[in-house]
Amino acid sequence: MAGAALLGRLSWRVATVTRVVDETPRVRTLELELPGWPGHVAGQHVDVRLTAEDGYRAERAYSLGSAPGEPPVITVERLEDGEVSPYLTEDVRLGDSFEVRGPIGGYFVWRPNDGGPLFLAAGGSGVVPMRAILRHRRNTMSEVRVRLLYSSRTIEDVIYREELDGEEVVHTLTRAQPPGWTGYARRVDTDLLREVAWSVDDGPLAFICGPTSFVESVAAGLVELGYAPRRIKTERFGATGGP
Amino acid sequence: MSFVSRGFRGRRRDADADPARVPPGQFVTHDFPVLSAGATPHTPLDRWTFSIENGGVIRTWTWKEFRALPSESVTVDIHCVTRWSKLDTTWEGVSIDTLLNEVEHDAGYVLAFCDSGYTTNLPFEDVTGGKAWVVYTYEGDPLDPEHGGPARLLVPHLYFWKSAKWVRGLRLLDEDEPGFWETYGYHMYGDPWREQRYSGD
Amino acid sequence: MEALDGNAIGGILYHVFDREMTMAQAECVCGARGPLAECEVYLGGPGVVVRCRVCHSIVIVLVEVRQMMCVDICGLNKLEVPLRASDQKVSW
Repeated sequence: MAGAALLGRLSWRVATVTRVVDETPRVRTLELELPGWPGHVAGQHVDVRLTAEDGYRAERAYSLGSAPGEPPVITVERLEDGEVSPYLTEDVRLGDSFEVRGPIGGYFVWRPNDGGPLFLAAGGSGVVPMRAILRHRRNTMSEVRVRLLYSSRTIEDVIYREELDGEEVVHTLTRAQPPGWTGYARRVDTDLLREVAWSVDDGPLAFICGPTSFVESVAAGLVELGYAPRRIKTERFGATGGP
Repeated sequence: MSFVSRGFRGRRRDADADPARVPPGQFVTHDFPVLSAGATPHTPLDRWTFSIENGGVIRTWTWKEFRALPSESVTVDIHCVTRWSKLDTTWEGVSIDTLLNEVEHDAGYVLAFCDSGYTTNLPFEDVTGGKAWVVYTYEGDPLDPEHGGPARLLVPHLYFWKSAKWVRGLRLLDEDEPGFWETYGYHMYGDPWREQRYSGD
Repeated sequence: MEALDGNAIGGILYHVFDREMTMAQAECVCGARGPLAECEVYLGGPGVVVRCRVCHSIVIVLVEVRQMMCVDICGLNKLEVPLRASDQKVSW
């Protein structure tokens, strides 16, 4: 990446949907084709802009759920009173197009050189950029240790469920658990973090993403465990839709 | 004009709304979006006051005193500058005429000020003559803090950014002074029927 | 409504400043320092309001009116913008 064109124009481009995957009853993944896509860094997002026939416009930011080198993919959760998410999760069909601007972001990103160990904490759709990070770590055969703490309401709400099944993923289901569930069954609190997060002695790097209240609560918990605030990166999504 | 996405319409719209009630560039929704410039304030009612000021405080009411004032129920249409309109919204509150009856005044303009630090300016004649209220009930329930509770300004004939949330008083002015959004280029008056969204419209 | 953070306006800031800005270090008039990515952001109204995470006062307001973006930075003491190549993404 060093030496490549540095300051480009970040313009709106037309993206076409090439694949649609329904992850959960409310969550859908859209794989996008954007001619000339320059690649992205794990953790970055795109802005999506929709324009109606009468000129009405709405814009939202969505994290990229794919790793660098893979086609850009967004995973959208339908919000009850949403303006954009109902369209993207219910109306959009294969071959449809909308405007996209990106990739965007220089803060909530992870490159293998950043090291670890990595502690990732995701609430609801906050898991999307985490999948990009996990895939990139795997694709680059990084030896950095990683653990993902993923909070969802129920097992049916777990996004990327089959993929997020390794021993590095710790789930907590806050609202209801399936029969025989032996995992965590409550909202993330400091005690839970103490059991799951890397010890401060290991010099961990933390990424927290999800609804604002989730992010603030987990960040406060990690600070209580001794994590340095500058070793914690946060990305807040809208209030609804989280555990 | 940018790329149009097939079938996108935005917020759930009421396509059957009487067009005569919809100002230019607006669409009607049944939603009630929450748009804010900061965190929701939570002033305890025992510390809440509403004041009319003119350099100094001329008149102030505590919450108890305010709720004892004659109130009225109004049903009005509201129009947000972000293009959504909501018809037949019902509110209950005190008419600004009732509040101003208690003070001697000779102002051309008012600046509404709020808990959040937010301000908005209005001509005096646009908050009098039965055109404006300080409301504390929405659709029969106490006004939710997210929507401006315990009390907000309601001036339905102007864009809804003029209906300041968490209002705490009115400052009487001789000359018009831009409030928060007006300072950044929103229209000083804001008539939705003349589509006065931005300064110069 | 709950606040978002500066990540949410990465695109708008890039559009205005033609570079990645969420890593710019902002110093609020209260003295608190941190990347714009960590500031509180309120969207959806007539403009974008960015607040200091520590004192909650307004640091930046962005309002787009007729092809002009008004950027009010009166709430900032200063903004330190990284210029190193490695801080920029690959462009189109």
